[in-house]
Amino acid sequence: MGMTEPTPEGRFGDFGGCYVPETLVPACQELDRAFRAAWADAAFRGRLNDLLRDYAGRPSPLTDCPRLSAELGLRVLCKREDLNHTGSHKINNVLGQALLAERMGKTRLVAETGAGQHGVATATAAALLGMDCTVYMGEVDVGRQELNVFRMRLLGAEVHAVTTGSRTLKDAINEALRDWVATVERTHYCLGSVMGPHPYPWMVREFHRVIGDEARAQCAELLGGDPDVVVACVGGGSNAAGIFSGFADGDAELVGVEPAGGAAVGRGTPGVVHGSLSYLMQDEFGQVLEAESISAGLDYPGVGPEHAHLARTGGARYENVTDGEVLAAFELLSRTEGIIPALEPAHALAWISREREALAGRTVLLNLSGRGDKDVDLVMGLQE
Amino acid sequence: MSGARPGRLEAALRAARTRGRKCLVPYVTGGLEGWEAAVEAAAAAGADAIEIGIPFSDPVMDGPTVQEAGDRALAAGATPAGLLSAATGLDVGVPLVVMTYYNIAHHMGHERFARSLADSGIAGAILADLPLEESAPWTSAADEAGVETVLLAAPTASGERLEAICARARGFVYAVGLLGVTGERAALAASAVVIAGRLKEITDLPVLVGVGISTPAQATEATTVADGVVVGSAVVRRLLEGEGPEGVGSFVAELRRALDGAVSS
Repeated sequence: MGMTEPTPEGRFGDFGGCYVPETLVPACQELDRAFRAAWADAAFRGRLNDLLRDYAGRPSPLTDCPRLSAELGLRVLCKREDLNHTGSHKINNVLGQALLAERMGKTRLVAETGAGQHGVATATAAALLGMDCTVYMGEVDVGRQELNVFRMRLLGAEVHAVTTGSRTLKDAINEALRDWVATVERTHYCLGSVMGPHPYPWMVREFHRVIGDEARAQCAELLGGDPDVVVACVGGGSNAAGIFSGFADGDAELVGVEPAGGAAVGRGTPGVVHGSLSYLMQDEFGQVLEAESISAGLDYPGVGPEHAHLARTGGARYENVTDGEVLAAFELLSRTEGIIPALEPAHALAWISREREALAGRTVLLNLSGRGDKDVDLVMGLQE
Repeated sequence: MSGARPGRLEAALRAARTRGRKCLVPYVTGGLEGWEAAVEAAAAAGADAIEIGIPFSDPVMDGPTVQEAGDRALAAGATPAGLLSAATGLDVGVPLVVMTYYNIAHHMGHERFARSLADSGIAGAILADLPLEESAPWTSAADEAGVETVLLAAPTASGERLEAICARARGFVYAVGLLGVTGERAALAASAVVIAGRLKEITDLPVLVGVGISTPAQATEATTVADGVVVGSAVVRRLLEGEGPEGVGSFVAELRRALDGAVSS
C-alpha cells in the first residue's frame, strides 16, 4: 500500500484530525489551502527544488557501508541526510514551510525544537528569507544542546528556554502553540515533525518525501531494485515518514525504531495531544506521560498519526531500543565507517545491530537522518 | 437552539439577562487547595455559573497562572473522577460547568465522561482544544446525557464560521476576547468588544467574553456589549497566592458590584 493523502479532515485511517483551540482553526484551514495550491504550483516546486539543490546540497548521497556490513553480516546502505546543510533532514521541511509562509504573507516563524536540529534549520531558513524567528526549547534540552542554542542565536533567532512540565520537546511544543495562538496573524508555526493538527502531518511528510524518492532511485541504480528493509528512527517520525513514502508501494519492509523511553507506538494508547489523535504515552486518566530518552530529538511521548495508522494496518512495524544499545551503535558506525551519527539515527542502527542474525544476508537501507557533532559532548561525558 | 428546550445553564444565564443582569462566571481550577470552598464562596458572592477546571498535563490554551494551578492540582493527586465526585457534594445553587481538554474526555470515553458529568450535577462542558469540526462524537454523547457543550468563538473566525459555532453551541457562546492564551492583561483588548458584537448580531444565546478579563473595570467594559464575562486567571491567582476562598469571594463580590453598577447606571 502507498502513503497517500489523508481525508479532507486530515485522517489517516482512525488517526489524525485537527484538535486545536478555536483561535487556530482558521489558520490551519488557511495552511491546508495554501499548501495544496503551492504543492500544485510548478513555480513553487521549482523554487523549493532549487533551494534544496543549491542551498541544502541535495541530492544527499547513498553510501554503501562495507566495513559495517562485514561486521554485522548484512549489507547496510546509508541515506546521508547528515550531509545536508545544517546537518540533518530537517532542512527539507523547513525550506518548504518557510517558502510557504512567505507565500502566505507571514513574516515570522515560530518553532519548537528538541535536540536543536529543527530549531537550527528553522533559524537558518528565517535568515535566508529575512524573516523573524522564535524557537522554543525545553530547559533540559537547552542544557544538553548548548551549541545548537548558540547556533540559533547566531542565525538571528530568539531562543526561549521552556521551564514548564518535563522541560523537553513536549513542553516546547505547548509553548510554541501558545505563541501561535497569540500571534497567528503574522506568524507561521513551522512545526518540525509529521505531527500536530492537519495539514502538518501530511505536509511535513510531503516535504520530506524527497528523501524516499531519491533513495529509491539510488537503490535502483545500485541494487537494481528496492532494499529488503528500510529502517528509520521515530520520535514524531518525520525522517521515517520521508523515507518510507518513497518505498511504501513496494515490497521493502518498513521499520520504525523508537526509543524505549518514548515508545508511543510500542507502549502508547490512542489519545489526543498537540492537535492530532495518535498513539500516546499517557496515564490511566489521560494525562500525557513524560518521555525519557538519551536523544533529545526523540524525547517525545507521542508519534505522528500516519505512523499510528501504518502500525495499526501493518504498513510498517515499530520496534524500540534502549539507550545502551544506541550508544553502542553510535560508536559502531563511527569506528567502522568514519561517520559519527546523531543519536537519533543511531537508534535505527541499534535495531539493525540487535537483529543482525535475523537480517543476515539482507540489504538494509538506514536513513542516517543527522550528524553526530551535537552529541559528541554528551557521549564523551557518559564515557568518562 | 433547533427547537430544543434550553438546558439549565442556558436557562440560568437567559434568566439573568432577562432581569437586566450581566452574567458573571468565575473559573476555579479543580484540585487546587481550597477549590471547593472557593467555588462555594464564588457562588455566594454572586456568580451566575461557575467553571471548574479539570487539570490536563498539556494545557495549550492556558497561560502561566492556570498552568501553575493545574500543575499544583495534578501534583496533589487531582483526577477527573475524584474532582467530579467532589463536585457532587457542592451546594452552590448555580450551574457548574467543567472546563478541560479533549483527551480527558476521549480517554474516559465520550459516553462515560458525559454520564459522569451529568451524574455529578454538572450542567455544561467546555473542551478547549475540541473545535467544531471534531466535536460531533462528543456533542452527541453530551446531548444524550443532557450536558450543554459550550463552544469557543475566536476573533480569527469568519462570519460564516461564527454562525456555525453559534448553531452548535449550548449553554452560552464563549467569546475569546483576544488573540492569546488565558491570563491577566493590563487593559481590555479592543477585540473583546468586537467579537462580542459580532456574536450578538447572529445569536440569541448568551454571549460571554473570556480570556483577558481580569478586573472589574475590564468586566464592565466588556459587558457594554457582551451578556457577561468569564474570569479565570485573576480568580485562580488569588488561590495560588494564598488568599484562600475568602479572597476569591471578595474578588467575585467586587466584580459583581461593578457589573451591577454598570447595569443600573
